[in-house]
Amino acid sequence: MAKRIDVADLDIYYGSFKAVENVTLAVEPRSVTAFIGPSGCGKSSVLRTLNRLHEVIPGAYITGKVLLDGEDIYSADVDPVNVRRTIGMVFQRPNPFPTMTIRENVTAGLTLDGARRSKAELEQVVEKSLRGANLWDEVKDRLDRPGAGLSGGQQQRLCIARAIAVEPQVLLMDEPCSALDPISTLAIEDLIEQLKLNFTIVIVTHNMQQAARVSETTAFFNLPAIGQPGRLVEIAPTEQIFSNPGEQATEDYISGRFG
Amino acid sequence: MSSTRELPATPAPTASSGIKGKSVRRGDTVFRGLSRIAGIAILLTMSLIALFLVWRSIPSFTVNTANFFTTSEWFPDQTPPVFGIAALAFGTLMTSIIAMILAVPVGIGVALFISHYAHRRMSAILAFSTDLLAAVPSIIFGMWGLEFLTPHMQGLGQWLNDYLGFIPIFRNDLGQYSKSIFIAGVVLAIMILPTISALSREVFTQVPRGNIEASLALGATRWEMVRQAIFPFAKPGMISAAMLGLGRALGETIAVALILSASNSINWHFTEPGGNTFAANIALRWNEAGSTGLSALIASGLVLFIITLVVNVVARGIISRHAEFRGGN
Repeated sequence: MAKRIDVADLDIYYGSFKAVENVTLAVEPRSVTAFIGPSGCGKSSVLRTLNRLHEVIPGAYITGKVLLDGEDIYSADVDPVNVRRTIGMVFQRPNPFPTMTIRENVTAGLTLDGARRSKAELEQVVEKSLRGANLWDEVKDRLDRPGAGLSGGQQQRLCIARAIAVEPQVLLMDEPCSALDPISTLAIEDLIEQLKLNFTIVIVTHNMQQAARVSETTAFFNLPAIGQPGRLVEIAPTEQIFSNPGEQATEDYISGRFG
Repeated sequence: MSSTRELPATPAPTASSGIKGKSVRRGDTVFRGLSRIAGIAILLTMSLIALFLVWRSIPSFTVNTANFFTTSEWFPDQTPPVFGIAALAFGTLMTSIIAMILAVPVGIGVALFISHYAHRRMSAILAFSTDLLAAVPSIIFGMWGLEFLTPHMQGLGQWLNDYLGFIPIFRNDLGQYSKSIFIAGVVLAIMILPTISALSREVFTQVPRGNIEASLALGATRWEMVRQAIFPFAKPGMISAAMLGLGRALGETIAVALILSASNSINWHFTEPGGNTFAANIALRWNEAGSTGLSALIASGLVLFIITLVVNVVARGIISRHAEFRGGN
């Protein structure tokens, strides 16, 4: 249920602009890998290449390889739709479908693959996913209410429930707590602890304490100078990054000297 | 320096420093007044139009010897006057329905292509062209429909009769395919297409990027994304776009007046010549109408007014039915 990701020599382009260059890293299954770095360094871009979502921006493309358990997700015979069904994503701003109920939001991904499911089966998935997202007790009595009526933190957990309902192999999280208050953030961090038992998780965060709290491995991205492509400075076990980083730039960043 | 320094016991209230006292801000007052007048003017205009229509149509109602709603003939100036709106209502609704059936799917397709499928340059050109199409005066559409479309629709009418003639609306017993409700409907469809397409395009581009990406990230194909993220969000906008188009189709006068060979009859064979609409009937008969005739035409105008009003109220109802699902973000 969880797969590993290997990125090799990844360059990301938006049209003629090279946004990120020469990223090579490995994401271990059933672990949390955090991407940290200053704004604009390309960590979100790298995250979005992992499920080929960057492709929806006109003119965006990559060179290099992204392997999911050894299979290149960019090879010509791979359908990006299938990639995205295997690799789920949670976004920076909670984005439940505004016209759908809580229940419909959770099953939104399931109704796509065309497989007929019985009502009981769907109910089971709804409960399981909402429990998995630590939201069940709060919403079980109002599953037919609009998802957009929940609080920000609840909406984000609803989005997590929606993402895990399709049972992906990997869960990508793009600053999932940046729009949330500290209590909701704590709830999501607890949730990540549980989710990593089943999923491979990659999380982009601006919050270094968060990276330290939830991740096993941390990758530090940096921008050498304005207008130049972002780079992966180093990737190492989180403990090491925060206590004894290998690069000066990393130490400067985590000790708050810049960024 | 005197040793008895005076402290002001209570500072004199001044207009600039105090929070007390209501200052009159003229800009606010003027603007509030203006916008209130504008709002009231709309209501006033609507009610005055309705009042005018009712007032002026009463004379014809009192002398009409036939049932106004079920009669097809239109002879208000003969004695005794005989007239009714059955054929007009039929023609108006049928041409508009044909126009809607043709224009709504195409218009939404065009809007979708422009907003989410076409390359940037292509979509700019297309958006510009559809807007241009909306600006073409209806008399041009009428002439084009009459002079170009009518002869060229012959083949399609024939084909519909030959292969789908078992459906009454496609049957044509006359062998003549010109000046028909069908052709009028097609011309109306082309006329309302840009309205529908421009408005739906507007709402399609307002769908939050987050919802589109959420859908794609769940593994939706482009079309599934459109159905999951775009259509539900844009539904009220699409309905209002369609209703605005319908409003234009119902009230379109000159193009229809040119194309239809006015005959006040109810004919379900849509490709045969004939048919008439409220607006075309008024335009064609206004100049020759006597006093009862004018009053009768105004009465038919009142009915058209009510029909468009009802259409809009129903559309509003549909739009607001799921209002609670549009809160949140």
